[in-house]
Amino acid sequence: MTERAELLATWEPVIGLEVHVQLATKSKAFSPSAVQFGAPPNSLTDPLVLGMPGTLPAFNRAALALALKLGVATGSKIRARARFARKHYFYPDLPKGYQISQYDEPLCEDGFLDLIHEGAVRRVKLQRIHLEEDAGKNMHVGSVSHVDLNRAGVPLVEVVSMPEMHTADEAAEFMRSLHRLVRWLEISEADMEKGQMRCDANVSVRRRGEDRLGTRTELKNINSFRFVHNAIEHEIVRQIRQLERGERIVQETRLWDADAGTSQPMRSKETADDYRYFPDPDLPPVVVDGAMMGSTLHGMPELPVARFERYVRAHGLAPDDARTLVNERALAEFFDATVKAHPGEKSGRVIANWMLTELLGALKAGSLSIETSPMPPARLSDLVQLVEDGTISGKIGKEIFEESFRTGEAPKAIVVRRGVQQISDEGALIEIIERVIAANPHQVQGFQAGKDALFGFFVGQVMKETQGRANPVITSDLLHKRLGR
Amino acid sequence: MTVDWLSAAQTAAQIASGELTASAAVDAALDRVASFDEKIGAFLAMDPTAREVANDIDRRRKAGEPLGPLAGVPIALKDNLVTRGVATTAASKMLAGWIPPYDATVVEKLRAAGAVIIGKLNCDEFAMGSSTENSAIKRTANPWDTSRVPGGSSGGSAAAVAAGLCAGALGTDTGGSIRQPAAFCGVVGLKPTYGRVSRWGVIAFASSLDQVGPLSRTVEDAALALEVIAGVDPKDETSIDAPVPRYRDALTGDVKDLRVGIPHEYFDGAIDADIRGALERVKALLVERGAQLVDITLPHTRHALPAYYIVAPAEASSNLARYDGIRFGAAATDAKTLQERYMKSRAGFGPEVKRRIMLGTYALRSGYYDAYYKKAQQVRTLIKRDFDQAWHHVDVVLTPTTPTAAFAFGAKASPLEMYQADVFTLACNLAGLPGISVPCGLTGEALPIGAQLIGKPLDEATLLRAAHVIESVLGITKRPKAVA
Amino acid sequence: MPALPRKEVEEIALLARLHLEAAELAQMEIELGAIIEYFAALAQVPTEGIPPMTHAVPMDLRLRADEPAPSLPASDALAGAPGRDGDLFVVPAIIGGGEP
Repeated sequence: MTERAELLATWEPVIGLEVHVQLATKSKAFSPSAVQFGAPPNSLTDPLVLGMPGTLPAFNRAALALALKLGVATGSKIRARARFARKHYFYPDLPKGYQISQYDEPLCEDGFLDLIHEGAVRRVKLQRIHLEEDAGKNMHVGSVSHVDLNRAGVPLVEVVSMPEMHTADEAAEFMRSLHRLVRWLEISEADMEKGQMRCDANVSVRRRGEDRLGTRTELKNINSFRFVHNAIEHEIVRQIRQLERGERIVQETRLWDADAGTSQPMRSKETADDYRYFPDPDLPPVVVDGAMMGSTLHGMPELPVARFERYVRAHGLAPDDARTLVNERALAEFFDATVKAHPGEKSGRVIANWMLTELLGALKAGSLSIETSPMPPARLSDLVQLVEDGTISGKIGKEIFEESFRTGEAPKAIVVRRGVQQISDEGALIEIIERVIAANPHQVQGFQAGKDALFGFFVGQVMKETQGRANPVITSDLLHKRLGR
Repeated sequence: MTVDWLSAAQTAAQIASGELTASAAVDAALDRVASFDEKIGAFLAMDPTAREVANDIDRRRKAGEPLGPLAGVPIALKDNLVTRGVATTAASKMLAGWIPPYDATVVEKLRAAGAVIIGKLNCDEFAMGSSTENSAIKRTANPWDTSRVPGGSSGGSAAAVAAGLCAGALGTDTGGSIRQPAAFCGVVGLKPTYGRVSRWGVIAFASSLDQVGPLSRTVEDAALALEVIAGVDPKDETSIDAPVPRYRDALTGDVKDLRVGIPHEYFDGAIDADIRGALERVKALLVERGAQLVDITLPHTRHALPAYYIVAPAEASSNLARYDGIRFGAAATDAKTLQERYMKSRAGFGPEVKRRIMLGTYALRSGYYDAYYKKAQQVRTLIKRDFDQAWHHVDVVLTPTTPTAAFAFGAKASPLEMYQADVFTLACNLAGLPGISVPCGLTGEALPIGAQLIGKPLDEATLLRAAHVIESVLGITKRPKAVA
Repeated sequence: MPALPRKEVEEIALLARLHLEAAELAQMEIELGAIIEYFAALAQVPTEGIPPMTHAVPMDLRLRADEPAPSLPASDALAGAPGRDGDLFVVPAIIGGGEP
């Protein structure tokens, strides 16, 4: 056993995640100033965003609709009257001195997130999903800090998992699954590089068999799937080593340094946190009316994990292939559309194969996305049909795919123009076989004397004569008959 | 009668008929400010565009363009109402130098109605106080006796209206801040139902209690002003979406069969004899006019003061967190660390504001929330239920506005003593109800007395109707001698 | 009247980011102590099962359409800033404290 495996045989890590996801709205959560990434500093503010005296919040319907969509998609209980609360702390990127958030009456509770982990579906419970507003950005430059409030007031949801993940892989998978889900539902672009999705992790370890949770630390600055994995993995080992040395874990917030591959405790604050939450008197309770709930339920598409399961079950796809197809909604939609145009018992696997090798390869080579694919599902299904009914061989099929992808021409038209239909007509093939045999008496002798390897030579000659169009199965049959072996 | 003491409604009517020009009305007001405000100290800033706006109204009238209901009427605003391009300080040093880039909704509505905003009025810092002595900028005197306070926090508004420096003013009322100074200065002060008037652009003190309302020389003016400023506002989520009646139509002079509740809790305690006497005259008048007096009980009233002094400071501590010396206002720019920047900048609040921030922070701390803030909010529910019970039997509730008439500067030695000045006005805010203070006579020392009427939610019309009857018989006809 | 302990006054002042001079601290101990003692009367009011009021006039939140309006120009946003560098607000360096 490796040292790590030994440690993990004794100790059980427990991981909970808090993920902030920016909601894809056009305007801010509580005021109409625009939301946009990368605008010049402090160009997206208004009196409310600046925390000016006399301003009041007015809540954005789209933010509620998007949060509700996530709540419904995660099977959460939706609170009939959710409430906004003020969370107080002083920080230069927080103009009002409080963040409008939700405290003891959040919009969503007791949901779950399904992960596709190691080929199977694993359900992680969610404690809550609540609405809040983002803060601005502080940039530290020498002895001063600069403040840009463009991001201040952007609507967020905070998704809080239960502490019930046990490996860094699982935690990273949680992030991927949430990322996939919010993109699938167009709740957020969730671009982690743009800070549209951000993760904090709570990590503790305990002796296996123990019920009580160990002292936890909170990891910050883990804003990529890889960082989530690496930081948690590092923290698990750090905590176990510390406990094995007989030391205690200090409850603290630690900042991940991706370059160094280590974390450091954040410098302790000058005052203890006391957020002094209270219901925001400026904002009456959020009531999800029947119409909004109805349209959310009605508009809910088949979710990625359900689709993953369907692909494995109904189409017999390998879990890895199914998982790749559901990574993006457009890819899954493409697959479904192609299968619909070309139904059949095995067509799912055949089409998945075409998509995962030829289509994704070609898209990648052309720096294209599935949404901008020059080859629509109907055309791919035509091509699959040509191969399946023996009009062309699989090998030719790949050439036709390449040309059709590049030019947009219909596969059938290319086949006809290039005259590459497969020759399956026995009479025609026999004629060619006879010519080949007549031209190669030595090889015929050799084969009949027992040189089995020469069979391939005859197949090759027939293919050469037909520019590869001979149906390989029929050719092989006829050659066997003709050569008598 | 000279232009000086015309009511807002009279001014508007004379301007509309051509009898008077807006310019003359505004000039008269500005002349009086020039003559008397040194003595009164009501104004913090004048709006330099006032004459221009008045000229424009005169031009529009000549051109036959339609005029709003307050066209040409000189109005002034409590300085916690945000005015675009005109310094707004809430009488605090913390907002020194801040020029707002926007107008409060009530200011927009006044402008749209043709009102000419002539300036900004003194108040207690961030509206926290009952005497205007907490202004960080200047002292405002009571026009009836300049050795006395005008009340607060809208003391500048009450004094300016009482002294005839403007035809009317807006104030804000969180625990009595319109009604109490109105009573002290002998003017009408109306606090509308919570949510009747938009709070957008009102510098927040206690968000669940704050309301804007008019201070005026007549009940009719209060009705007219409310017609102009009331209404739902998409910018204020707590504003009520209900039609705005023509409140002036309520002033029928008829209170026959009006059921007037007399809550013994408001009459049992220490009340100046002159005030008690004045209230007896009000009762007698109402009975004489056919109203019925009904004894009622509002048992939770006695908890209003502690509940208020938990809720209001708690919300204030939150609302005032934004004054951090980073984006606007005063700042300790010599601070070396961020912490110091915060602490030293915020040291610029005055003593009462600091006290309330401390109290509110205390009450909201984790572990204290349930015992203080939540408890106080539960008591508010009980106070409101008392009134809900009362509305089964009565249409309005009558009380004195204040237990005493205007007191001398420095008379209230401790904060708690000062807080008692609002004892009769707080419950109204805690329950979100409309309340009006209407002058009903003078004390032996010639100081004004106010009667308070409290009404059902959104029933300002009934308050105005009853107040109008009181005004017509018991109203003060004398002018304050300091500004005569 | 019991004064509020100095330590507690200091903690609250720090939480509220209020610098108080020694004399102010002393005054706060006494005044806050008196006011808080006065609050204590509320503890006697039975409130079991009474919902706390958060809005005097009950209503549901109205929702605003997601339509962006023009922002303030950066020059206006920073017009009153005590410290600025170009279009950025400037504060002394942030170390440690603050947001979670």
